[in-house]
Amino acid sequence: MIPIHDYDLIVVGSGPAGLAAAVSAKKNGVDSVLIIDRDVEPGGILLQCVHSGFGLETFGEDLPGPSYAQRYIQDAELLHIDFLMDTMVLDVTKDFSVTVSNEKFGIQIFLAKAIVLAMGCRERSRAQIHLSGTRPAGVFTAGTAQRWVNVEGLMPGKNFVILGSGDIGMIMARRLTLEGAHVNRVVEIMPYLNGLSRNYVQCLQDYDIPLFLNHTINNIYGKKRVEAVEIVRVDQNRKVQPETAEIIPCDTVLLSVGLIPENELTRKIGVAMDPITGGAMTDNCFETSSPGIFVAGNVVHVYDLVDYVTHDGTIAGEQAARFIQGHRKIHQKRIPVIAEDSLRYVVPQKICPETLQEAEIQLFMRVSFPMEYPVQIRAYSDQGDIFRKTLPYVRPGEMVSIQIPKTAHDLIQASDAIRLQILRKE
Amino acid sequence: MMNSQNLICITCPRGCSLTVSYDDQDQMIITGNHCLRGTAYAKAELTDPRRMIASTVRIHGGIHKMLPVSTNAPFPKAKIMDLIALLKSIEIDAPVKMGDVLIENVLGTGIAVIASRSMNQL
Amino acid sequence: MDSYDVVIIGAGVVGCLTARFLSRYQLRILVIEKESDVGAGTSSANSALIHAGYDPVPGTLKAAMNVRGNSMWDDLAGELDFDFERCGDYVAAIGDEEFQKLFVLKKQGEQNGVPGLKILSPDEIRKRIPNINQDVSGALYAPTAGICDTFAVTIAAAENAQANGVVFKFNTCFESFLMENHQIFGIRTDQGDICCKWVINAAGLYADEVMHMAGSHPEFQIHPRRGEYCVFDPACFQLDTVLFPVPSEKGKGVLFFKTTHGNTIVGPTSEFIDSKDDKAVSIQGLQYLEEQMKKLIPAADLRWTIASFAGLRASGNAVCKNRDVDYTGDFIVEADDSIKGLIHCAGIESPGLTASPAIAERVLQLLRDSGLVMIEKPVWNPFRKRRPCFRRLTNEERNQLIAKDPRYGRIVCRCEMVTEGEIVAEIHAPIAARTYDSIKRRTWCGTGRCQGGFDLIRVVDILARELNLSLEKINKKGVGSEFIVSETKNQGSGK
Repeated sequence: MIPIHDYDLIVVGSGPAGLAAAVSAKKNGVDSVLIIDRDVEPGGILLQCVHSGFGLETFGEDLPGPSYAQRYIQDAELLHIDFLMDTMVLDVTKDFSVTVSNEKFGIQIFLAKAIVLAMGCRERSRAQIHLSGTRPAGVFTAGTAQRWVNVEGLMPGKNFVILGSGDIGMIMARRLTLEGAHVNRVVEIMPYLNGLSRNYVQCLQDYDIPLFLNHTINNIYGKKRVEAVEIVRVDQNRKVQPETAEIIPCDTVLLSVGLIPENELTRKIGVAMDPITGGAMTDNCFETSSPGIFVAGNVVHVYDLVDYVTHDGTIAGEQAARFIQGHRKIHQKRIPVIAEDSLRYVVPQKICPETLQEAEIQLFMRVSFPMEYPVQIRAYSDQGDIFRKTLPYVRPGEMVSIQIPKTAHDLIQASDAIRLQILRKE
Repeated sequence: MMNSQNLICITCPRGCSLTVSYDDQDQMIITGNHCLRGTAYAKAELTDPRRMIASTVRIHGGIHKMLPVSTNAPFPKAKIMDLIALLKSIEIDAPVKMGDVLIENVLGTGIAVIASRSMNQL
Repeated sequence: MDSYDVVIIGAGVVGCLTARFLSRYQLRILVIEKESDVGAGTSSANSALIHAGYDPVPGTLKAAMNVRGNSMWDDLAGELDFDFERCGDYVAAIGDEEFQKLFVLKKQGEQNGVPGLKILSPDEIRKRIPNINQDVSGALYAPTAGICDTFAVTIAAAENAQANGVVFKFNTCFESFLMENHQIFGIRTDQGDICCKWVINAAGLYADEVMHMAGSHPEFQIHPRRGEYCVFDPACFQLDTVLFPVPSEKGKGVLFFKTTHGNTIVGPTSEFIDSKDDKAVSIQGLQYLEEQMKKLIPAADLRWTIASFAGLRASGNAVCKNRDVDYTGDFIVEADDSIKGLIHCAGIESPGLTASPAIAERVLQLLRDSGLVMIEKPVWNPFRKRRPCFRRLTNEERNQLIAKDPRYGRIVCRCEMVTEGEIVAEIHAPIAARTYDSIKRRTWCGTGRCQGGFDLIRVVDILARELNLSLEKINKKGVGSEFIVSETKNQGSGK
């Protein structure tokens, strides 16, 4: 007999998204809330992000990751939210049955009235970028190195080359340097920085770590442990220019080549997925195509700031509460939101016009390539213009947001779809 | 008269591109900032550059071996490596509460190193 | 000095199966292996196919060993408890010329004694494999072909050998023979000398070098031939069978094959290289795979892959002993011409895995013929049972397992559902897993989508704890491949 337990709401993942959703659900009247996480303590990825930069929008403070997490963990504890840690969720079904496994109790089943999925992301691996060469020890993703250094107090190398100018890569460049390692360079295949420019300044420039744009690692050498990498320049089509090859001795390669929303469980449920974000298709209440299954945080798409994760997780929790309380109309009208041109994607992919009666809707999007000039983002439909926003520049590494005002309710109700376009501002 | 300089503000994730130039009275003119924090940053960066520094220290008897710590204010860039050497040399005891001051007035700067999280005893 | 009757050089599939079959007899047997685990070489980096036997040239030792070996796998899998599925395979022809070749292959197979070969029409093969190239002109179907868990074969054979008294010494590298009057009285290794009268050279890529150390056949050379593979994400692409192209002079070609684990893999490439150590994956290899695979299944896309790896074939230049056959590159499974007590298994490339039980059987006969006294033990246990695999159990079975050992409740590798209990079991197995790669081969930990993203740190922790070693000593594949260089706060200059 597999033991079965009941909860009103189950949240999978105790990172900032899961914590925000759980706290929000409780504050909105949900009786029993359980957060499940495979790690030994709550906080998710924030626990290993010892650097600051969290909470500027939420609290007006510049907090380290663990501090930001702890504030929400404290809230959760005060609200009597239950935590089930060191536990792996094996399965989640459409009818809210959650099967878990842990050392203490083995396999158990939890039954809920709604679920919030907040599993975050995993890192893109070496194999996925088809990085040639031998397979010695010393090729790690930046997040693995981060956990070793910051949580376990271990150095995975002495002499690093970092592939990818994403935030994690840049942050680790600084962190490793502060711990006495030598970071030879950061290599980025695109002609522009992947992460936030502030990180270029405070992580690379500050420590004289060179950034090589339009370059990539072509080969890894080393039998047992990394001994060197071959770096090459790429042309405008990202094709390798072999004559530019340079061998750089090193003992570690850190990969910061992208995050992928971790949707093993989500896919098993069978909800509609967005192939571009890698996450579930969601509406502005963060409900998926399966009623009562909500999603929050990096599992939806890769956010750039934790503050927005908290913002959206809070909505997910609130809406999950409404669902549990029977206040949420299951078949309400949903209008697709379509990103056009050089907008790579927009989240949420659908909006419920009815919710505009209560609050504005925030849309998040990313551009496909940087535009270092003033641009205008325009939201419109067959019924006319909805909202415009001007920005001095846009970059893929920085999310862009746009608000749909409450006043747009009638127009949107009458629309077939909302379209988003981005144009150069003359 | 000094030439103009370009800076990226690091105060918030926006990363505004700032341009610092000088008028006839050699007064700093800062453009490109989205808010006043940018002006403050540019001034500081050119006269007294500072950074928030985060790291870890060894902790004895805690549920983990390392405790994340941070300066409680932006710290003078010139003294960062000295701060890091100092953090390398200390070990603190669990339990610790988030915000606990671990080192006061680091290297005479008036800035403290504080615990970024609470950590219970094993 | 340690003393044994028989020393086997190499703990690959040939060495381990030979040890296992030999363990039936009253002999003191030692297997020496230069790596830290069994099956560290070609035995763990191949297509894991049990070939039907239509491919080898009739009259060669390859052909004989292939077909005899193929017939032994049901019993072997039953006794040693590893995954084996006799699923059959297909050779698809595109165009008329290739279609004619299918008949040549069929005839060749029948000459080799392969049963059940059948030529299928384009409709039949399209029905069987709907996403096959629509220009397919027909296929050869071989019902006796199969797949296995190649690493499990080697570990199972080794464990059974050990349970029956065979001693294994790892991190022990053969250096030279100790001989007098063309008779072996021992071997020298980097861990000391060992007395023995009989030696079996199962040294894989290095079998030529061992042979030369005995002063034999300086003309025999092993030229490493690299094969690269790509593993598909099961969520993106799955083929539930084994699909070959028509073979060429390069070899069997790039094929699609399913694994006993549920993945689909495409490969191998075929490239002679210089180094016996170089298992790098290359851009050219990838490009070649892409080109070739699209000829069979045009819709297949390398963007759906989650891993790539390479294996090295021990391609030898031995001429077929059968004078009527004109073939270079045959197996050598022979007693040495002049040195008494030395048996060579050399040039064991494809169909090496398929042939391995037959090769072991042949080695035993060669030993007998050479005068080794082989008296059966009164008690010999041919059965070996596999350790529990959480992934395959029902929830009720899992709870029973967890009740006995709670560590089976903690999942360490999320993608492949590998538990701490299984990892600990491998570390304390009769032949211990002591490295990350060993754990990976035995449990499939880290082989899924995240490629070790979640499990690496935890496996390193578990290894350190269970082996009672500091974290800096835990490595990927032997000394020199450690993960951690030091603790933080201990750094010197960092350079």
